[in-house]
Amino acid sequence: MSTVITATINGRAFRGEVEDHELLLDFLREDLGLIGARQSCEVEVCGSCTVLVDGLPVSSCCYLACDLDGKVVETIEGLVGTPFHEVLSDAFVRHGAVQCGYCTPAMVLTAKSLFFDDLLKDEESVKKAMRGNLCRCTGYRAILDALMDIAASEPTVELRAQA
Amino acid sequence: MMTQLLEQPTKLSTAIGINVDRADARDKLAGSAEYTGDLHPPSMLFGAVLRSQYAHAEIESVDTSGAEAMDGVIAVLTGDDLMDLDPYYGHALRDRPIIAMGKVRFVGEPVAVVAAKSQAIAEAALSAIDVSYRVLPIAATLDRALAPGAPLVHEGPVRPGLAHGLGKLPEREGNICYRYGFSVGDMEAVFSRAAVVVDGEYVFPAVYQYSMETHTTVAHHRGREITIWSSCQHPFLVRQEISELFEVPLDDVRVIVPYLGGGFGSKSYTKMEPLAVAISRKAGLPVRIMNRVDESMVTTRRHNMKCRMRTAASAEGQLLGRVVEMWLDTGAYADNGPRVTATAGDAGPGPYRWEAVDVKAQCVYTNTSPAGSYRAFGATHLQWIGESQVDEVARRLGLDRVEIRRANLLARGGQVRPGAKGLDADLVGDVEEVAAALDWSAPRPSNRGVGLSVGLLAAGAHPVSMATVRLGADGGVTVLVGTTELGQGARTVMGQIAAEVLGLPPSRIVVRGTDTSYTPYDRSTGASRSTTVAGKAVEEAAAQVLEELIETAETTLGVARDELVVSEGRISGGGTAVTYEELIERRFGLKGGELIGQGHVGPRGGSGGFADGPVFWEVCVGGAEVEVEPETGVVTVLRISTVADVGRAINPLLVRRQDEGAVLQGIGNALFEEMRFSDEGLLLNDTLLDYRIPSFEDLPASMSCTIVENQDGPGPFGAKGCGEGAFAAMPAAIVNALADAGVQMTELPLTPERVWKKIQSQQGISKNHSTEEVDQ
Repeated sequence: MSTVITATINGRAFRGEVEDHELLLDFLREDLGLIGARQSCEVEVCGSCTVLVDGLPVSSCCYLACDLDGKVVETIEGLVGTPFHEVLSDAFVRHGAVQCGYCTPAMVLTAKSLFFDDLLKDEESVKKAMRGNLCRCTGYRAILDALMDIAASEPTVELRAQA
Repeated sequence: MMTQLLEQPTKLSTAIGINVDRADARDKLAGSAEYTGDLHPPSMLFGAVLRSQYAHAEIESVDTSGAEAMDGVIAVLTGDDLMDLDPYYGHALRDRPIIAMGKVRFVGEPVAVVAAKSQAIAEAALSAIDVSYRVLPIAATLDRALAPGAPLVHEGPVRPGLAHGLGKLPEREGNICYRYGFSVGDMEAVFSRAAVVVDGEYVFPAVYQYSMETHTTVAHHRGREITIWSSCQHPFLVRQEISELFEVPLDDVRVIVPYLGGGFGSKSYTKMEPLAVAISRKAGLPVRIMNRVDESMVTTRRHNMKCRMRTAASAEGQLLGRVVEMWLDTGAYADNGPRVTATAGDAGPGPYRWEAVDVKAQCVYTNTSPAGSYRAFGATHLQWIGESQVDEVARRLGLDRVEIRRANLLARGGQVRPGAKGLDADLVGDVEEVAAALDWSAPRPSNRGVGLSVGLLAAGAHPVSMATVRLGADGGVTVLVGTTELGQGARTVMGQIAAEVLGLPPSRIVVRGTDTSYTPYDRSTGASRSTTVAGKAVEEAAAQVLEELIETAETTLGVARDELVVSEGRISGGGTAVTYEELIERRFGLKGGELIGQGHVGPRGGSGGFADGPVFWEVCVGGAEVEVEPETGVVTVLRISTVADVGRAINPLLVRRQDEGAVLQGIGNALFEEMRFSDEGLLLNDTLLDYRIPSFEDLPASMSCTIVENQDGPGPFGAKGCGEGAFAAMPAAIVNALADAGVQMTELPLTPERVWKKIQSQQGISKNHSTEEVDQ
């Protein structure tokens, strides 16, 4: 069985057929070649497959592609080149917050949703909000440093004001 | 002559000792960095693995006809397809078949592999394979495996693998596949003099490395040639094992390593590669095998262990003697278990001036999934035990726990174990740094405690690494070095080393991933060896290129070499400067050609410093402050302090971030990570739903990392490796901090249940009575 869906993916209209059992993660990676969403735990715990659907982070490993109908999807590939991605990337690089990189695109996407909802505030609340994104390399300190850095910086505050 | 130039102050520290941006960070942030699972060679098939549901059984028959008849299934592999090969491999012991050959020894052992046109078809086809088993008695725990008359996991002859440095492999005794030990001094005399003897039995859990990317391999066996793309840490060892298994020359095996999504030891040696090559051999097309997490969890893990230790000390607090015996559960196949066992043995005494030590370490087969390398193996197993006994000695004698270490720690040059390199670090200094960072003597509430630990890890593995440095006609440099980038920042550091030698900005250096067809040999990426050993090869290779540049500059400028200055991609002398581009053009007579340098590091010759094992002693030192909630047994880590004793920090930020990553893994290992097997050998928590790894919320409120740079490492610029020591230090520091808060634990992880029970038992009968009432 398959379904025809209409969705906005990284700012572009998509209309096409997807298998009813097809996972969003497989749809993005295999059908669209958007490899930035990574497969790991497959049970919606590690967060490395995170993409934004209607602005909110979802685990694409446990989300059916057919449920995208009428929705707006943003993956890391869509975020690249935006002012937010530049600012956050600079902070991640500056703080050494990237190691193996497998979880990184998902971290960036979750951080984006927090940032534009004005939820990047103090360390404790950010730890809580980011707990659904696991990283085995960094020990989180560097990522938290990068996030707190942009949370307070002037260019990013302006970015949010514009949004 | 060249050395003089290298010591020019204008050249030093232009590229090392600074936080050069990671070369791979932007690609990773953009999601465009490619991992093995992102690759898709033409006509690639998808593999799925049928795994044993029994821990020990004979395979009576496998019927694959149903699967083979399915649309989209190209090939199904079983043991019968490998009868023309000697299909056994294994780094330490050649004990493991590529696929079950008539027998399974753990739950999850591959029995059949399907290659199909899609992953869904391949997985569906697994259910159409019929396997008939005859179940055998199971030894799924250390106690069962060591009991008299235990079922034997292996019965055939012992065959050595590629490993060396393990000594003469002993005959198997029951399920014990390897023994390691040493004994020094008169133990009986020492114990008879002791005023204090601490004696305990300890249990350490099996844990999973959990690299976010699972083991993933794409293999193509085409004619004589085998090409493998794999998430492997040791591509050259994989090449060698594949070459032997499939009986093709080394040069016909090509291993290509994209970015790795973490490794931590889980991707060391050979894992899924033989299976992928075997199914590709049958299918005639490239096949990908990408493990699910539950499959990776039974591919490798950390050894669980039981241990008995006794420590004797004088009334004045002199550590006199230690007896330690340990049994490490290596699962159904040895993998790197013998090395882990030897390293655990080396870590047994701890870095003290003993009059007598006696170490016995045994590596034991059980009917559970195979155990191998995981960050700081051996040291992590033993340090928490040894250090908790040192603390206990101090407690019983009323001594300060820093003071007892200051009085007993080995000095620089001291003997760590017979026949090994002497101590090459200042441990007392490191301990004092940790204590200071923790406000060691500050008053604390009774449910808070502070602890620290110190140990050593034999690091560097086998010091054999080659590197090639190519300076192109545009003045840019490509470094070919076989160290795997698994997140630690190896490519960035290798680039910095070459940049420093050549006097170029790091941005002019490119370091790519390994392709064994073109990248020179590197033994392995592990044991904290990359910066020290591979980095030394890069330094030598870059120095050769520089030497050629200098020779050309001498003739070009007509200036003697001792008057030349190398800086910023040019060589100047006699009032004139020439760029590297100009020198290459001068050398070859056209805007082309390249200068190539080679670096060769080996145990003998080369740059020296590697002759005695280990390459260096990695310092494992760290401290923790914890709080325990007596009503629930919940332990919270409040503060962490580590010391990265790295000789010379090529990139200080990378060093610090390595320590932090190690700390969180250490916290997981100490507080909650534990693979639980049933008595039938079934892994009970094989998903992230019930196997928890640290999250943001486990990050301690305060963490400090002090970088110590005594320039005493054998690597480039006095560097030595890092990134593992803090792991070994953490469980020990946390256990000691918890004991300082009044709860002495002898079993990890420190789950609330275990800690609460311990608190109840320490609080005596009245408390127990009220507990029973609650239970009713």
